[in-house]
Amino acid sequence: MESSVPTSNRETYCNQPDEQGHFGPYGGVFVAETLMAALDELRVNYEKYLKDESFLAELDADLAHYVGRPSPLYHARRWSRELGGAQIYLKREDLNHTGAHKVNNTIGQALLARRMGKTRIIAETGAGQHGVATATVAARLGLECVIYMGAVDMVRQEANVYRMRLLGAEVRAVESGSRTLKDALNEAMRDWVTNVDDTFYIIGTVAGPHPYPAMVRDFQAVIGREARQQIRQQAGRLPDALVACVGGGSNAIGLFHPFLDDEEVAIYGVEAAGDGLETGNHAAPLCAGRPGVLHGNRTYLMEDGDGQIIETHSISAGLDYPGVGPEHAWLKDCGRAQYVAATDDEALAAFHALTRIEGIIPALESSHALAHAAKLAPTLDKDRIILVNLSGRGDKDMHTVAAREGIRL
Amino acid sequence: MSRIAARFKQLRARGRKALIPYVTAGDPRPGVTVSLMHAMVEAGADIIELGVPFSDPMADGPVIQRASERALEHHTSLRDVLGMVRGFREQDQKTPVVLMGYLNPIEVMGYEAFAAAAAGAGVDGVLTVDIPPEEAGELLAALKRHALDAIFLLAPTTTGARIDSICRAASGFVYYVSLKGVTGASHLDLGEVETKLADIRAATDLPVGVGFGIKDAATAAAVAGLADAVVVGSALVSRVEALADRPEAIAPALAGLLAEMRKAMDER
Repeated sequence: MESSVPTSNRETYCNQPDEQGHFGPYGGVFVAETLMAALDELRVNYEKYLKDESFLAELDADLAHYVGRPSPLYHARRWSRELGGAQIYLKREDLNHTGAHKVNNTIGQALLARRMGKTRIIAETGAGQHGVATATVAARLGLECVIYMGAVDMVRQEANVYRMRLLGAEVRAVESGSRTLKDALNEAMRDWVTNVDDTFYIIGTVAGPHPYPAMVRDFQAVIGREARQQIRQQAGRLPDALVACVGGGSNAIGLFHPFLDDEEVAIYGVEAAGDGLETGNHAAPLCAGRPGVLHGNRTYLMEDGDGQIIETHSISAGLDYPGVGPEHAWLKDCGRAQYVAATDDEALAAFHALTRIEGIIPALESSHALAHAAKLAPTLDKDRIILVNLSGRGDKDMHTVAAREGIRL
Repeated sequence: MSRIAARFKQLRARGRKALIPYVTAGDPRPGVTVSLMHAMVEAGADIIELGVPFSDPMADGPVIQRASERALEHHTSLRDVLGMVRGFREQDQKTPVVLMGYLNPIEVMGYEAFAAAAAGAGVDGVLTVDIPPEEAGELLAALKRHALDAIFLLAPTTTGARIDSICRAASGFVYYVSLKGVTGASHLDLGEVETKLADIRAATDLPVGVGFGIKDAATAAAVAGLADAVVVGSALVSRVEALADRPEAIAPALAGLLAEMRKAMDER
């Protein structure tokens, strides 16, 4: 393995990955030969259409009129006052069509699929948010859609399963391995290998083999581009800190990427500490894992001493993943971003705080970012600014929160 | 000459095609693997392919996924698999053994430590499913230092330029995946196999094995008419699965299927 060379005098953090998809020693293409041609076809088309003005115009029009962009940047004044420190601004990805940032990416990939002449869309999903966002765009474009979902997750996220089926998607239960997100991803890859001629695989996060980590980042970077402009308009300057939750890390990289070269802006990615990092029941590979190879890329993983991937735990199904996007692994090693973790309890406390104080019910994923902002804000002066990515809304989490409090809905 | 090269040379001299059975090490439990390896050799196997269990076998169909799960219920690690090869070598110093698995367990052990331990245990070749030659430089160097053959897959979708670069990185033999899909899938297209094998043979003198989709004696014989080696995996592993509660019956069942294949291949 080549070692990364973190330097303080680098010219830019925005020149990754290299042509083979490496972010320093991370990323790359680690798949069976059976997938290489499909990945190559995808890479060539992604590089082509990312520079194609008619494609970009189509994408922008959909983001504006179908998704509802730009999403607002909201100054959470009451919560900031309550916390007694820095001013907190929320990037309202929860207000997007389908209720989360996921659709930014599924729109982009589905339009690309159509340009490539693919008629069938597949995707993996954990909590169901990416599955819903994929089924949504497939419905709109009239593409056949199959969603792979772990059997365990299907029970936990019944409403989203129904939602996907309403949208016309076929939801296939995955019964292998731990029957959760990672196994759904394995199964979607197997489908892709088998049906590679007519099928486009929409991965939901910045993981997987090249070009997925770069492509998904590029589709999500609209979050950071808007936020950078909005905070300048509203506060007259860049924020002091960015905070976003990290499962696979797509909402986080989407916010972070346009700010990477603004070195005065501190960057915090918040992983799921579950019951606590010390208990081992968590989903925090950057904080408590080590580098390895899974799902087509080299990155930090949750694994045992024999290299087997271990089961993760988080109250938030969307963060319950044993890997993380390779660009985050690289940003961690070069020190440009700091990765911390929030426990289930801390996320729940932030969930309730935002709900009661600002009248915004956040997703449990986003609540991890809020929990870290709540720790950070009191340590900073009142004229400092923390910009948090509110990546999704919490409607989908009503059952989880209620059950945690012993309430049956 | 490596044990694999020697075996192919010997087979060629006798006008015989190689039969390469695959089983997952530790399936249905670690204690039976070495005896299964011996039984398969006895039934006519020329090279043994031993699967290293992995929690996320992305390129495998349900049959081999479940084999991995059974082996992992008994915590069969890469080290344990090397121990099984060492055990096999106590009685059999001639039959080449190829490990087939995924990269992460090897990453955790470290390339050099793995290659040294594998060579010491009596392994002859390593097929790491999820590392294409582009990413394999350091692993290949470690395997070479310990005289281990690096086996690579070729797919129906592999283009001409890639066939060349993969064959240059490979040693021992190359393994043509005979259909689009995962292990254990159906619909083997012999015409397509024949066309692609011609492309591969134009690029390399290495023996060519064909696998994925070979279920019975008839398909084994048909593939033996085209390739240098026939690889059989899921058909065997599904018999292991059916007999998981009666481990003593597994060896005769595998031997029975292999003997039929052997006979059909030799009489074609």
